[in-house]
Amino acid sequence: MEKGEIRVCILRVGGTNCDAETKRAFTELGVEAEVYHINQIAKRGILQESEALVIPGGFSYGDYVRAGAILAKGLLTKLGDDLERFIEEGKPVLGICNGFQVLVEAGLLPGFDGVGSRPEAALTTNIPVGYRCRWVYLKHENRGNCIFTSKVPRDVTLRIPVAHAEGRFIFPEGKEQEYLERLYENDQLVFRYCDEDGRYAEGRYPTNPNGSFHDIAGICNPEGTVFGLMPHPERAYYGWQLPDWTRRGSPPKYGDGRLIFESMIDYLTRKF
Amino acid sequence: MEYIARVEVSLKPGHSDPEGETTKNSLKELNYPVREVRVSKVYRIILEASSAEEAEALVEEMCQRLLANPVKDDYTFKVEEKI
Repeated sequence: MEKGEIRVCILRVGGTNCDAETKRAFTELGVEAEVYHINQIAKRGILQESEALVIPGGFSYGDYVRAGAILAKGLLTKLGDDLERFIEEGKPVLGICNGFQVLVEAGLLPGFDGVGSRPEAALTTNIPVGYRCRWVYLKHENRGNCIFTSKVPRDVTLRIPVAHAEGRFIFPEGKEQEYLERLYENDQLVFRYCDEDGRYAEGRYPTNPNGSFHDIAGICNPEGTVFGLMPHPERAYYGWQLPDWTRRGSPPKYGDGRLIFESMIDYLTRKF
Repeated sequence: MEYIARVEVSLKPGHSDPEGETTKNSLKELNYPVREVRVSKVYRIILEASSAEEAEALVEEMCQRLLANPVKDDYTFKVEEKI
């Protein structure tokens, strides 16, 4: 498939607020990206005409009940069968920040038992408590399963910002080690928080900005085609979005976040 | 018939509660002899059902599908007929 033929569906509901910059990232890469309200997607069968689905950052439905919970149930009720088919066809689904919370609440991530299962993890209140908006370092852990990081060499450190109050990734109590082993076995671990030199945060704040279990910042499903991460790659797309480029003279052309969008498009051009 | 359900969703014991911890520290700074604070959420739901049993079954389902995440939340509820 040619780049120009690829259609990316960016889902919006009340409270979504990162749709415009996410759309711009895709458009810059030469694919067609459009923002649609969930009801439009359901009514007009937009998923069937799209090659990729993105749930961008924001505070869907005010983050009432729990962050991402209401949209997660909406996704399953309004798009259920279409979404299941979409994922089975190997079409990529990307959840950024609130989008990650949605995918976890919907049971699509880690998705050990496929689509439609109950949540197997949670993204809950940060430790220390509060909204954290800061640049973090991420270590790339994936061994090649995740289609969203094919352009990122293993063990490389990326710099991308986070902005959230509920980003602490947890597994059910008592299941932590078992589920973590499954993540490793299935090659589902994608990003862990680390310092500038690539040393794991080991839970230490602020290198790990939210107290996430095992410094987890992003995971994919066993097939590698559904991916969620708390950091915002669309906010590290251009060099001029980096926090310190003025001190270095001039901005680099691109930031590290671009690699995620590039990898996704690369997969789509090869697979479809 | 109309029923009123009072649903309380709370973090499972053992799960850290940063909101409760922060609130506890604040209360201690106000000189209260506070040992622990746990935060939970209460929903007051008015619903229609043909019997109390049906109302309870519906509320149970609501908790499982939306109001609680089984990974970290416990829930309790009480259903009463609305007079």
